[in-house]
Amino acid sequence: MNFTSIDALQSAMHERRYIAERGLATSLYLALKLGRPLFLEGEAGVGKTEVAKVLAALLDTELIRLQCYEGLDVHHAVYEWNYTRQMMHIRLLEARGDHASEAELFGPEFLLRRPLLQAIEDSRQKPPVLLIDELDRSDEEFEAFLLEVLSDFQITIPEIGTIKTSTPPVVVITSNRTREVHDALKRRCLYYWIDYPSFDKELEIVHARLPDAPEKLARQITGFIQALREMDLYKLPGVAETLDWTTALVALDQRALDPVIVDETLGAVLKFQDDIDKVKGEQARLILERVKAEAG
Amino acid sequence: MSGQFLHNLLLFGRVLRRLGLDVNPGRMIDLVSALDHIEIVKKPDFFYAARTLLVHEHDDLPLFDEAFELFWRKPAEGWDVEWQGLTSRKRRPGPIVTHPPLKEAAPEADKASSSSNEMLSVIEVTRTYSDRELLRHKNFAEMSLEEAEAVKQLMSHFLWKVSERRTRRKRPGKGHLIDMRRTLRRSLHSGGEVFSWAYREQKSKPRPLVVIADISGSMERYTRLLLHFIYGMKSALSQPMEAFVFSTRLTRITRPLQIRDLDLALENVGKLVNDWAGGTRIGESLKTFNFEWGRRVLGRGAVVLIISDGWDRGDADLLKREMARLKRNCHRLIWLNPLLGAPDYEPLTRGIQAALPHIDDFLPVHNLASLEDLATRLSSLDRRSNGGGSPVLGAKWPKHEGHPPAQAGGS
Repeated sequence: MNFTSIDALQSAMHERRYIAERGLATSLYLALKLGRPLFLEGEAGVGKTEVAKVLAALLDTELIRLQCYEGLDVHHAVYEWNYTRQMMHIRLLEARGDHASEAELFGPEFLLRRPLLQAIEDSRQKPPVLLIDELDRSDEEFEAFLLEVLSDFQITIPEIGTIKTSTPPVVVITSNRTREVHDALKRRCLYYWIDYPSFDKELEIVHARLPDAPEKLARQITGFIQALREMDLYKLPGVAETLDWTTALVALDQRALDPVIVDETLGAVLKFQDDIDKVKGEQARLILERVKAEAG
Repeated sequence: MSGQFLHNLLLFGRVLRRLGLDVNPGRMIDLVSALDHIEIVKKPDFFYAARTLLVHEHDDLPLFDEAFELFWRKPAEGWDVEWQGLTSRKRRPGPIVTHPPLKEAAPEADKASSSSNEMLSVIEVTRTYSDRELLRHKNFAEMSLEEAEAVKQLMSHFLWKVSERRTRRKRPGKGHLIDMRRTLRRSLHSGGEVFSWAYREQKSKPRPLVVIADISGSMERYTRLLLHFIYGMKSALSQPMEAFVFSTRLTRITRPLQIRDLDLALENVGKLVNDWAGGTRIGESLKTFNFEWGRRVLGRGAVVLIISDGWDRGDADLLKREMARLKRNCHRLIWLNPLLGAPDYEPLTRGIQAALPHIDDFLPVHNLASLEDLATRLSSLDRRSNGGGSPVLGAKWPKHEGHPPAQAGGS
């Protein structure tokens, strides 16, 4: 699908049940038009990864995901040789009284394609969406390598040669800021910070994602979460927590919030014992009263 | 696109750059080509397009927003005047504002001759071995201006090194992990028969360091030299180092310290911090650190240095809680206390009492010799972090200068 305007992209995302702010839609639109990677930052659980998934669905193309972790190297990000197969091949040839040549052994059929290579190979009709998730978890060495790949979308495998694509993938990079990602990489990308949504936006998200949730419950949950984000907590709940909590309460057949059920299910929202202790009981009741008063 | 608009756009880019944003011509060209794809007359779209291309730090977003609003409301002549009101990199108002103690009330001679005089006395002070020895053990707080200068000189030659941690990255070497790729390649020479295995080993890297320094009133006598010490450390270390200062609130000073010129760097630190020599709220400040920065700077087995005398006017329970949290999130927690150098000092203040159980090493930082000991300690931290308990309280240390507690954190 080719989008002609920011509005078109925004409403198409809406149809796929992703409620995007105008700013995010603008960044995404420009990333597609300019062929630049999009760098998304924001607190955990605000829907960074989801952007890539929705985008792949919209473009009707494959989503290739590279989850980053410390020590991630070329063998796990780009390619690796299939040693077991190579060994077997050698043995089979030996049994036949033959022996393997190097060129044969390091051919494409023994190559294991990891996400970055998959994204660059010209084997499909449409360019895929490449999601590089939680880049901050990888180390500087990988970042430097990535910078190189993203600048000219080509990868060199010594045994085979250079692989280059004419249709570069749409790249989405996410980071939770557990480490500062180097400026050089960020400069190559379009940058967008996904904030916690406003009450109205968040309610819209709950409705879009969980149409089964009763209206009253959805409003109360959203109000409650918004109030928690005003508090001095170690870890604020994200949209993911709002959705988890709503799912949990719908599963429990709740039609509205009450102090007991809030205390019992607070673990779906707050993930640190200090925070739970702070909110549970008195504080939760106060928030609940306020939320109910506001909802009228 | 009209010539006037383009002119304004480039002007806007220049303004942003002057405000400290990382805007370069390449980005401006990107922006111009991006404008082909959007309707410029829609102000929000133009705003978001400019923002997504010109900003790539979350911290810069508010600054950009304000600059945009101001500039594009009235981009014509005269904006320059209004501009003065917008300070680069916003500051929150702090409670107590005094002048940074970075510059001494220097002798009123003209600059050139005073600096050469200073140099002379520096040479004077550091000339002989015995003088140097004296200087090494002299308390920072009792130093004359010349001696302080000499110490700064000596400090800048310190070689800082923090012990390494094994990362999860592997490289060819003598480790225990088999390197299949090289093994197989080697075996081809012998027709696929493996005669020798190739191995990989885990790569080691120095641990990141985080310094949190107290600049409150009670620390004032040490502040100047300690900032020099932090600057020297930052420029000597190859790995990332984060630095924060606090008295009533926490300020991150990592960025200004990156400047190569020491005086300029310290001047910028002075501008950024506005609670010099104020009261002390260690608990509050550590809480800010834990909540806002901990997750971002404590990854990868960081070593944390807190520099404070422990005089705390804040809530001791809060301090205790936040120290515990900090301890859980870092590899090693070291508390440097200038008072620990005094022969009759006992760690009895409420602040120190609350913090002690969570500290791995409790060390003095009152003279050059103690800094040298710190350097040795940092480069020889053992692999595992201290298991907890309160190793420091029970330790007895000799009460004369130059000999800090030997391995206060029992391992």
